[in-house]
Amino acid sequence: MIELDGLTKRFGAKTAVDNLSFQVKPGLVTGFLGPNGAGKSTTMRMMLDLDNPTSGAVRIYGKRYRELREPLKHVGALLDAKAMHGGRSAYNNLLCLAQSNGIPQRRVAEVLDLVGLAPVARKKSKGFSLGMGQRLGIASALLGDPQILMFDEPVNGLDPEGILWIRNLMKGLAAEGRTIFVSSHLMSEMALTADHLIVIGQGRLLADTSMADFIHQNSRSFVRMRSPQLEQLKDVLHEAGIAPVGVPDGGALEIDGVGAEQLGELAARHRIVLHELSPQRASLEEAFMRMTADSVEYHAHAPGAPGAAIDNPARPADVPAWGAGFDAADSTRKGGR
Amino acid sequence: MAFSAVLTSEWTKIRTVASTSWTLATALLVTVAMGAGLCAVVNATFDTMPESQQIAFDPTQMSFSGMLFGQVAVLIFGAMVVGSEYSTGMIRSSLAAVPARGALLLGKLTVATALALVVGLATGFLSFFLGQALLGEHSTTLGEENVLRAVIGVGLYMALLAVFAMGVSMMLRNTAAAISILISFVLILPIVLSLVDATRKIAFYLPNQAGSAIMQTVSSPAVTSDAPYGPWGGLGIMVLWVAAAVLGGYLVLSRRDA
Ligand SMILES: Nc1ncnc2c1ncn2[C@@H]1O[C@H](COP(=O)(O)OP(=O)(O)OP(=O)(O)O)[C@@H](O)[C@H]1O
Ligand SMILES: [Mg+2]
Repeated sequence: MIELDGLTKRFGAKTAVDNLSFQVKPGLVTGFLGPNGAGKSTTMRMMLDLDNPTSGAVRIYGKRYRELREPLKHVGALLDAKAMHGGRSAYNNLLCLAQSNGIPQRRVAEVLDLVGLAPVARKKSKGFSLGMGQRLGIASALLGDPQILMFDEPVNGLDPEGILWIRNLMKGLAAEGRTIFVSSHLMSEMALTADHLIVIGQGRLLADTSMADFIHQNSRSFVRMRSPQLEQLKDVLHEAGIAPVGVPDGGALEIDGVGAEQLGELAARHRIVLHELSPQRASLEEAFMRMTADSVEYHAHAPGAPGAAIDNPARPADVPAWGAGFDAADSTRKGGR
Repeated sequence: MAFSAVLTSEWTKIRTVASTSWTLATALLVTVAMGAGLCAVVNATFDTMPESQQIAFDPTQMSFSGMLFGQVAVLIFGAMVVGSEYSTGMIRSSLAAVPARGALLLGKLTVATALALVVGLATGFLSFFLGQALLGEHSTTLGEENVLRAVIGVGLYMALLAVFAMGVSMMLRNTAAAISILISFVLILPIVLSLVDATRKIAFYLPNQAGSAIMQTVSSPAVTSDAPYGPWGGLGIMVLWVAAAVLGGYLVLSRRDA
């Protein structure tokens, strides 16, 4: 069990984490979501007492992290940046961490085997690929067989097999009654893994809800229609008392609450040619984007703008374009780490 | 958490990175080789030296003259032991494993200092015996007054220098910055300060200048007339510098975000 109480972190004028209070409960995978720069990594660093909060506190089973004896036996963490000495072998990197917490040496080989790094255990970690580095970080989190595990974007750099593996690992650990806290930008990933969801934007809590509730409230289903006789189709729908909910781009209509069969028959009766008649389900990703739209700090440029980035085809009509609220003053990241 | 566990862990850390062995081996080899070379030269040209220099000649100190360059490797050793934790990001894992900042710092300092002391003592004895062998009739022996103190002093000096470098590095959290500052402090500043009469006295109080007194055996007026301290007094001044650097390093480690 982890408790955050009014946790706040300011870097100069920038408030990275803003009065966050929530609990992470045992036996569940809790997903920690937010767009880039929302403050996820900063929050996790404060949980480990690496960064000092400006105000507020984190309690782990009622204690501050620094008060834990042999903390690796209670809390294991994978941080976002590399946290190993590249000149040291994977084995020795883990060995020195194990020794500091009185963890037996054989456990080092065990976790390396578990994450699939046994064949390169004696290789310098400098030469590891992104995914291998990630696996080493995961191994270090598992080292002390802790009750609480935190992973900052664990799937980052993992291959599909690795992603599947970590997903099952997290679920398995939660099923054993452990507390799993995992950050991500991807709602679709969380939908597959998390039981509970905490969403933040610009350091503030936006949602603290069970995954099931979130899906229930946010998965909108609709039917997309495309026709070369768009105006006629609109008239027919209007006469039938059906109002399109969205007109995402040229020539398509989105209709909510009426089945595809009914709409197809309606169009046929009026001899309207259809190029598309497809049932759709708004992805959770869209719901997440809608929720955080106001707090996204680091937008790509809007399509058409100079230096346009790729348009997001999945973007629903009611979500402002990425770049809509671009605020240059907010996008400067001071200091390095 | 047991402090002995931290020590074991820090020992593993230090023995499993390449920089430890090459910096310390360089410190030893450079000091011994340069000292031996200079002793051979001095032995060959002793009679042509001015009389004042002949009187003040300190054969023990002469055999340690390679320390001038060897100490740079010691500084790099100290700077890298701490700095590499920051440059690699290892510090976050280290602090997550040992969140008590004082224990982590003390463990690291203890292990690295002990290692530097052992290498320093080996350097002192090797330089001494090789240097004396090459000094021929101008040589001295371990049994002479102050000589053993000076040889052991090499070990103490190198150990303190390593701690100083670790403290400075902990304050700067950057290997390259720490090495540049340390080298200017230890090699360049003393030269600059002794150029002008008004600042010469200040140079005596620099950490390595003061600490070097422990490696001298002859307290002839020609050598030490200006230095306002003896060998142990000088070492004491160095210890104060080292303590200040460690305190600064501790404050940075305990106050700042990792
Ligand atoms: N050491 C630092 N100094 C100054 N600002 C910082 C520092 N660390 C983080 N920030 C700022 O705090 C905010 C939150 O950053 P953080 O890395 O926690 O976000 P995040 O949610 O992990 O983002 P991402 O999804 O990109 O990993 C950002 O605006 C960032 O610029
Ligand atoms: Mg992050």
